[in-house]
Amino acid sequence: MLGYIVGRLAQALAVMLAVALVAFLLFNYVGDPINNMVGQEATTMDRQELRDQLGLDDPAPVQFARFLGNAIQGNFGLSYRMKRPVAALIQERLPATLELVFLSALASLVVGLPLGVYTALRRDSWFSRVVLTTSLVGVSLPTFVIGIGLIYLLSVQFDLLPSFGRGQVVSLGWWTTGFLTKSGWAAIVMPAITLSLYQLTLVLRLVRTEMMEVLRTDYIKFARARGLSNRVVHFRHALKNTMMPVVTIVGLQIGGLIAFSIVTETVFQWPGMGLLFIQAVGFADIPVMAAYLVLVGAMFVVLNLMVDLAYFVIDPRLRVDRAKAAGKAT
Amino acid sequence: MAAFRLKTALLAGALALTLPLAAAPALAQGKVLRWASQGDYLTMDPHSQNEGLTRTGSFQTYEGLVGYSADLKFVPALATSWKAVNDTTWEFKLRQGVKFHDGADFTADDVVFSVKRAQHPASDFKTYIASVKEVKKIDSHTVHVETNGANPILPNQIANIFILSKAWAEKNNVVNPQSYKDKEETFAVRNTNGTGPFMLKQREQDVRTVMVRNPTWWGLKDNPHNIDEIVYTPVTTPATRVAALLSSQLDFVLDVPVQDVERVKRSPGLQVKKTNEIRSIFLGLDVGSAELKYSDVKGKNPFADKRVRQAMYHAIDMQAIAQKVMRGDAVVAGMITSPGVHGYNTAIDKRLPYDVNKAKALLKDAGYPNGFGVKLDCSNDRYVNDEGVCQAVVGMLAQAGIKVDLAAQSKTLHFPKLQKKDTSFFLLGWGVPTFDSHYVFSYLVQTPDGKNGSWNFTNYSNPKLDAMFNGMLSELDQGKRDKLIADAWNIINDEVIYLPLHHQVLNWAMSDKLDMPIIADNVPRFHFAKMK
Repeated sequence: MLGYIVGRLAQALAVMLAVALVAFLLFNYVGDPINNMVGQEATTMDRQELRDQLGLDDPAPVQFARFLGNAIQGNFGLSYRMKRPVAALIQERLPATLELVFLSALASLVVGLPLGVYTALRRDSWFSRVVLTTSLVGVSLPTFVIGIGLIYLLSVQFDLLPSFGRGQVVSLGWWTTGFLTKSGWAAIVMPAITLSLYQLTLVLRLVRTEMMEVLRTDYIKFARARGLSNRVVHFRHALKNTMMPVVTIVGLQIGGLIAFSIVTETVFQWPGMGLLFIQAVGFADIPVMAAYLVLVGAMFVVLNLMVDLAYFVIDPRLRVDRAKAAGKAT
Repeated sequence: MAAFRLKTALLAGALALTLPLAAAPALAQGKVLRWASQGDYLTMDPHSQNEGLTRTGSFQTYEGLVGYSADLKFVPALATSWKAVNDTTWEFKLRQGVKFHDGADFTADDVVFSVKRAQHPASDFKTYIASVKEVKKIDSHTVHVETNGANPILPNQIANIFILSKAWAEKNNVVNPQSYKDKEETFAVRNTNGTGPFMLKQREQDVRTVMVRNPTWWGLKDNPHNIDEIVYTPVTTPATRVAALLSSQLDFVLDVPVQDVERVKRSPGLQVKKTNEIRSIFLGLDVGSAELKYSDVKGKNPFADKRVRQAMYHAIDMQAIAQKVMRGDAVVAGMITSPGVHGYNTAIDKRLPYDVNKAKALLKDAGYPNGFGVKLDCSNDRYVNDEGVCQAVVGMLAQAGIKVDLAAQSKTLHFPKLQKKDTSFFLLGWGVPTFDSHYVFSYLVQTPDGKNGSWNFTNYSNPKLDAMFNGMLSELDQGKRDKLIADAWNIINDEVIYLPLHHQVLNWAMSDKLDMPIIADNVPRFHFAKMK
């Protein structure tokens, strides 16, 4: 088990290096930050001086090596846009993104899972049909449109929720949370719905399909023959066995949520990492972009690892097989 | 039964998620002005970044020796008067009794210190005062600024230099502006200590910046504004920004998209103020190269022929672009600087008439009866509807026979490309912070020499004009200087180095409750505001 984790962590490191390298190659196409960094009055000489100072004319491999060297020491440099340390900027924005992603993932599970089970069990009820039809909206409408639609409806027309920002936040050490204030909750509702809609649909449809599949298997028929109540059959036997693919997908999709949050954060001016990244792209703020991409790469790798570990917990067969295989080898 | 309960639970859950949690209204303590635009202040350091919105932030907390009135006339600010004591020395008399936000007295030492700080290599404002040789304290409230050679417009230029407290800067180790070489941010990036009408209270970058009224501001008597607090929030997405204004979560939006102006105007409780911005949009041509880099004409440069440039000018129907692409929010331009700039003249601001047949005839005379092909470089996120304007121009030039290949891209790619002179035909806009024509000439027309001509991508070089521009720098006789400026404009228009398009129009959207003048340099100054 330990060897397995260490092996995966080594893979993770390789993945992150590859992400960083690809990112650096892409930066050549993002543009030159110099023009954004100096006023229009700056002379040609000033511009060249700054370019030399930042080493922007160096070939990509040299810039990459310098970035790696600094990153290993925990120094991601100063943002070109804000002249503040990148690590501090990311640390400031991480809580906003994680709270949004957490709530969205939670909402998609809490709503999606029961709805999936229900629509699998009561396939022909009117409620199932309504749910399935409306869930198509979740997968087919772009996030941007959903977000603007919600703003138009709930902010402009009915004046219920704030259209942008995060409300009042409370600082707990370096972490800032919006979960402790009323305006914080009001602010997170629309972004969380927007971000979770796609996930919710995915979970719902996945659970439904898997559940229907499982309900047809022999051991369910056998359980029914044993005279077990519907409740036990559905939730102890059937649902547990549908969870494997759901865990995989949900785990990987949390990474997706972090990535998708770029659009949601931009629409709602949510002060998270996605917004930071989009603004960095607009400015060609290379230090911020590099740090963000490496961080998101790291998150994907970690989530992947956690999904693999979750299998051990859910599926007893895996534990047995591994133990056996290990036993044989020694 | 179980399924029924499940359903009810689901509905209840769904309802709970969308439960109307009414937005908490801002505490009604005094007058709070909430406003937004696309980006955030880059820094609070007044000498670090010379960028439009960042300057707006500085104008609230800091002041210069010379200030601006609402119609952009230069007025006394921290200096009460100024005069040239000889050809190369300006004397500034400083205002008595002014205090910094931390309570320290404002004196000549602070002025000497601030001007020197703005001259530091890491300062983005050094070019404004490049002519300054020495700043001398004469007494506690008199300063002499010596220039290299005569400089009649020094007061206009020094208006852009904000004054901060010397003692505060030394105490907090911010004697120099932030440099990219530094590993850490300096104190001045998020803290201020100026003499301005508002004081920085809270700074959360990209989230909110709160400023409060400076109760001891010296200018309160002349500008009795009633704003107690200003809350600035950057809102990146234009649709969200407009929605926040419509739902009265904002009182003022600086950059309302052209397509939403009508909507805002029609909404009860909102108003849109409009004025001509000091910014003109035009096309530049590579007239100096032997062969165009991006053209199908080889061995010669069609733009070197004045008839071709005139033909292109005649082919552009700017009235139509102003109506259709800009929705009426543009002033058709015949020169590349706007009303409000010294040297602007309605007699010069006249376009060559739109005439496709004349354009075709001129092209034929020049030896291009079937036209030619060329590539146009254009930004798509810098000026109002910049890409739309370029697309319209492409269509119009096609009618005259010139096949234009449009390359529209982000400003992070467009401007670096221009600066490498990697272009044959380009779109550019130019604003004038000194409100003097010399600023336009020295950047856009003067021969590039490392200092001047840094935005002249046309490869145009005219020694006669260069001599006139240098003459303007030191000509102290206002009449003679005005004559030089007028002559230069006539030569530039006659040569058709640039094809003027339009003067940009500004739209500020605000609540009816807010009474604030719109200012042509797009820098709101809240001490002119009144709130109901």
